Amino acid sequence: MSLSTRAQHSAVEAPPGMPSRLDGELLEVSMGPQHPSTHGVFRMNVALEGEVVRRLKPVFGYLHRNHEKIGENTSYLGSMPYTDRLDYICSMSNNWGYALSVEKLAGIEVPERAEYLRVILAELTRLVNHASLLGFLLSDMGAWGTPLMYAFRERENILDLFESLSGSRMMCDYMRFGGCRCDLPPGWMERARKVVDGFPHFLDEFEQLITGNEILIARTQEVGKLSAELAISAGITGPGLRASGVNYDLRKVDGYGFYPRFKFRVPLGEHGDCYDRLMMRVLELRETLGILRQAMDDLPAGPIMNPKVKIRAFKPPVGEAYGRIEAPKGELGFYLISDGSGNPYRYRVRPPSLINLTVLEDMCLGHTVADVMVILGSIDIVMGEVDR
Amino acid sequence: MASAPPIDEGLRSELQKQGIWVTSMQELYNWGRRNSIWPLQFGLACCAIEMIATAASRYDLARFGGEVFRPSPRQADLMIVAGTVTKKMAPQIVRLYNQMPDPKYVISMGACAISGGPFKQGYNVLKGIDRYIPVDVYIPGCPPRPEALLHAFMELQRKIDGQKLTGTGKAAFLDKTVPSEFPVPAFGAHDLEPPANADVFHPPKIERH
Amino acid sequence: MEALDEIKVRIEAAIPGARLEIIPNPGPANQSSLLLDHAHASTVARFLRDDPALRLDYCSNVTGVDWLERTVKKKVKVKKVVEGEEKELEETREEIFSGYLEAVYHLYSMAHKHGPLVVRLRTRDRAEGAHLPSLTPVWRSAEFQEREIYDLYGIHFDGHPDLRRILMWDEFTDHPMRKDYREPDDYEYEPTPHDDVLEKAKQHYVPRPAQDGTANIAAQ
Repeated sequence: MSLSTRAQHSAVEAPPGMPSRLDGELLEVSMGPQHPSTHGVFRMNVALEGEVVRRLKPVFGYLHRNHEKIGENTSYLGSMPYTDRLDYICSMSNNWGYALSVEKLAGIEVPERAEYLRVILAELTRLVNHASLLGFLLSDMGAWGTPLMYAFRERENILDLFESLSGSRMMCDYMRFGGCRCDLPPGWMERARKVVDGFPHFLDEFEQLITGNEILIARTQEVGKLSAELAISAGITGPGLRASGVNYDLRKVDGYGFYPRFKFRVPLGEHGDCYDRLMMRVLELRETLGILRQAMDDLPAGPIMNPKVKIRAFKPPVGEAYGRIEAPKGELGFYLISDGSGNPYRYRVRPPSLINLTVLEDMCLGHTVADVMVILGSIDIVMGEVDR
Repeated sequence: MASAPPIDEGLRSELQKQGIWVTSMQELYNWGRRNSIWPLQFGLACCAIEMIATAASRYDLARFGGEVFRPSPRQADLMIVAGTVTKKMAPQIVRLYNQMPDPKYVISMGACAISGGPFKQGYNVLKGIDRYIPVDVYIPGCPPRPEALLHAFMELQRKIDGQKLTGTGKAAFLDKTVPSEFPVPAFGAHDLEPPANADVFHPPKIERH
Repeated sequence: MEALDEIKVRIEAAIPGARLEIIPNPGPANQSSLLLDHAHASTVARFLRDDPALRLDYCSNVTGVDWLERTVKKKVKVKKVVEGEEKELEETREEIFSGYLEAVYHLYSMAHKHGPLVVRLRTRDRAEGAHLPSLTPVWRSAEFQEREIYDLYGIHFDGHPDLRRILMWDEFTDHPMRKDYREPDDYEYEPTPHDDVLEKAKQHYVPRPAQDGTANIAAQ
């Protein structure tokens, strides 16, 4: 079904057949922190008029584990494993974001092979993240279990690759400033190719399952619309921004890593609703597969670590740097201030998940309470990154 | 099994060969309970993803009868504390525990839920959920692999199997003098009040020079 | 994007009375920043956002930094009369810089795809004077991040629509990201302490009881 087929009812009024008022009386509902579809310990205080949301205040901090304070009290290398636990679905891209910022802070060059490996691993992470998101989002919509099982089947294949490379399934701690920790084990590339070649099958199956589904279209189209102006002002990044039609992908804009060497397109939405945000992920997955194939074909031989960098007892010069990457959820930035000692004076994480929630209330107003879960799911948050 | 079987093992196997199956109420009751543990669908942090992976296709928690994740604590037997417990979240967890009906069990999954783990030095991190509620099984790891969670599940099943229903040393949930609800800590100006529940948390005194 | 000093000149021409200062960044990242004064901060921010050449419509990162009061020792040559003779002596003098809190904004342009421009605001001191003008009316993305700075650093943003604690609970009174914050001590049970935890855990140790009449070493 094409993007133009849409439900006819307006988003601001209550859907037909549903009592829109309850004598103007508002009912306060606290959703979370323990709720099956808040993706962790997120809480929303919702004021409802009948079924319709009239006010929504998010409450944070239930997973505030003091990432930044710990980062200021540990060495530069010591923070690397902590970055794994920020957005715990995408540890590889968090590693890259932090490594990139430290490299900016100290002016470190990265060998070519390491950059290629980073691209491969970050894009594999994108596959994991987007596939899991599709599963979770459909779970929130009531397709309980089945899509998630499909998504996790693919995820396990990619986690096997991560594990054989870094020794851990989820918390890879693989990248270092100036390169990567270890080279590929024998046979890794062949297995990775197999996973990448098998992935389109999952995508085809999944698209067949969801894109033409009447229920899915009724639940997502015209729900949670976000205009491009508001998205830019609110600092929305990642697929959520591009679904509103703003062409801003850091892989193209900043051209970090070796992304300018690869041919890929940036999918753009038109309507900024949940359906577009969902389809952005599906389309991005296809582009990601293209990047992976190119990077795997071109992977050069050579060292994976800049030999000049002493990662232990690492002391960057006095100064500050802000580095950012296009993580699967949006712009992941690290802001570091060095006072010349072994610990950063200021260690700040710019979390895409938190800032993408800025306009959650604007997107939910006028929709029913059941739509809130879909809208939240389509934003794609991970609480480890929201609260840090 | 911890408790002595009420019937001679030789006689029982002899009877079984004849097609007569003899059991005790306690065995039957525990057999039923241990093979249908309903966990609370409740994730805190990174470990929750591994908990989902355990329930998903490859590891398949359903083989152990634990796949029915209940979103409501009223229907749950087991709380898997999967992830970092922050001080802001701790009162909610105690409240959820209090809302679960007896018999109830707690698995403390991962380093954070045991002791604060890598985030121990954080000002908002609780240094172990056992400061407020009793824990049955601890599994280390950051995060523990799905196999480790399955192992914890089997340990819990073994524990349930050994619980006596009557007499001295009967299971705690049948003993009316043992509390099954614990006070919910309050938010204070600098920390939770109290910082630990003295009735539950008995750290061994560390003796050193 | 233009160089920072050109932008500074243009802002000063467009907004009379605005006092700007370039804070150099000595590191290799070369991201120098622009210090704004409180009175003109939101006017300057609007100019940066709306100026057709800059169009910094996207405020990516907002964060706080705590700078404690610090003393810098300097060696100064002083002429002094010693034993009837005028001599040039070296003397160390201590210069005290008062502490302040800082909010740092990283601005980018989605329209022109350039950036970053780093903008800073500094409070008068670290206590009652910890007030700054809020830039949330200019960039919506600052809303949660300024709330976070208020929570963790204690900077009051005047003009913020909803300034409440965001990460810690409402009853909490401290500002934990400040450098002089002391966390509550709950290290009762640490079987394998190391690093910073060791010092905290030691306070909870009990001396080993005397055995077989030998005196306890710790008790001596």
